[in-house]
Amino acid sequence: MTIKAIQEELIEEFAMFDDWMQRYEYMIDLGKSLPLIDKQNKTDDRVIKGCQSKVWLDAELKGDKMVFSADSDAIITKGIIAILIRTFNNQTPSAILNSNTDFIDQIGLKEHLSATRANGLTSMIKKLKLYATAYQAKLNS
Amino acid sequence: MFDVTAIRKDFPILSRKVNGRQLVYLDNAATSQKPQQVIDCIVDYYSSYNANIHRGVHALSQEATDVYEASRKKIQTHFGIAKPHEVIFTSGTTHGINIVANGFASILSTGDEIIVSQLEHHSNIVPWQMLCKTTGAILRVIPMNQEGGLDMDAYQELLCSKTKLVFVNHISNTLGTINPIEFMTQKAHQVGAAILIDGAQSCSHIKPDLAVLDCDFYVTSAHKMCGPTGVGMLYGKEAWLEKLPPFQGGGEMIDQVTFEQTTYAGLPHKFEAGTPNVCGGIAFGAAIDYLNAIGFDAIAKHEEALLDYATKKLLAIDGLKIYGTTKEKTSVISFNIEGIHPYDIGTIVDKLGVAVRTGQHCTQPIMDFFNISGTVRASFAFYNTIEEIDIFVAAVERAKMMLS
Ligand SMILES: Cc1ncc(COP(=O)(O)O)c(C=O)c1O
Repeated sequence: MTIKAIQEELIEEFAMFDDWMQRYEYMIDLGKSLPLIDKQNKTDDRVIKGCQSKVWLDAELKGDKMVFSADSDAIITKGIIAILIRTFNNQTPSAILNSNTDFIDQIGLKEHLSATRANGLTSMIKKLKLYATAYQAKLNS
Repeated sequence: MFDVTAIRKDFPILSRKVNGRQLVYLDNAATSQKPQQVIDCIVDYYSSYNANIHRGVHALSQEATDVYEASRKKIQTHFGIAKPHEVIFTSGTTHGINIVANGFASILSTGDEIIVSQLEHHSNIVPWQMLCKTTGAILRVIPMNQEGGLDMDAYQELLCSKTKLVFVNHISNTLGTINPIEFMTQKAHQVGAAILIDGAQSCSHIKPDLAVLDCDFYVTSAHKMCGPTGVGMLYGKEAWLEKLPPFQGGGEMIDQVTFEQTTYAGLPHKFEAGTPNVCGGIAFGAAIDYLNAIGFDAIAKHEEALLDYATKKLLAIDGLKIYGTTKEKTSVISFNIEGIHPYDIGTIVDKLGVAVRTGQHCTQPIMDFFNISGTVRASFAFYNTIEEIDIFVAAVERAKMMLS
């Protein structure tokens, strides 16, 4: 599936709910399916700053595709990172770098996050793209 | 008679909705809401007599000056201060602390000691660290105990002839602990040290009598006690205020200015450089009038009932732990639920209309002491109700169900 198609799928899934309590419940469920980062990889260079909660994010290259794993001490944050990873997992670095994350606004997620969480979300996207840039460079070399 | 239903009608914001639900505002330790009487006072100032003060010959300026100075007298009376010029208008607690810290820079020398408590707000630790850096003075810290109280034995051991200044908050913003400031003041004076008390968290719950307390300095912010943001007060004993150099240079604070030399104006103007927050100062007085009309005894009684009720109901939730359990505390509850991040709880209860604060509350040393990353903090004011606490506790229970 393309990134775009997965994003469309997520927009549809979130549109099924009537209110934000249900959407948060769904996000918490998504958080439970997050591919977890190995304990020994929870190092300072894999931490994302800018959240009240901590987020660790790691990426590997399998063939020409990126595979992400992550964790957080807060469960809603886990849900947010799970949504992002679902769209980017098993995609090439160039597909990730050429994608946008407008679907987050279409879900309405950003406006329903507190300012600190919205900042955290921006930092997560930055870090995901940073990994993609690094692996893109590696593939090109 | 204390009638919470009638009181709530004074606060227009309390009837609004957030996230489609009735707002339950339990973040009063961060800032209080404002009654119509204070809002009207602000509107009236700008509609009827806005002018620059202390410098005009015209009628408006005179009127604004009179009301502003009358407000200073209200503050003086309210806090039990001997002289009106011992009341310095500031932009808030942080500003007041910085005036004192800056003033002590010219008094302290290498080896002198400043004592602060482990319960302090970040905004109150940093100025002292800066002061120690510039003067070579040493910062000592009064440790806290498991209940969230200060260790008074340790305090007395820290006090010595080198101690020049003690700084402590009257009430901890994170835990609600009421510190024994009378005792601490006496002990500080016994070794010849001055004491500065941060009343940011106490002034909305307790009416302090500074004449009896005998502290050397006291600071607070109007916004914590139903007044506007950006205004507060510094009390200092006359002798101290005479001794300390001014903090900022500018208009209002001078007597004679030539390029060779400037002589400073007398108190309080020496510490009030530039055009002050005239409207804020006046509205601060209106807030004090409002609170006194309700009465601090009635406020304390109502808040205590809210605290007791909320504490009991929260403790009935499995895995919930309250931080700050001293007998002497105000209506602040900091808590965590085992295995759940405070940030997650705060997010869910917000969706249910309940405003609480999460995180470190600008008190990292307290978080380090308990070895936690943060807490959920609910803080109640006199306009909160038992029904609101029921809504809050139900929201916490729902959050717990969703998150575990
Ligand atoms: C105990 C304490 N001291 C100082 C402050 C700082 O007050 P302000 O930001 O109004 O200067 C606060 C505010 O949260 C506080 O709770």
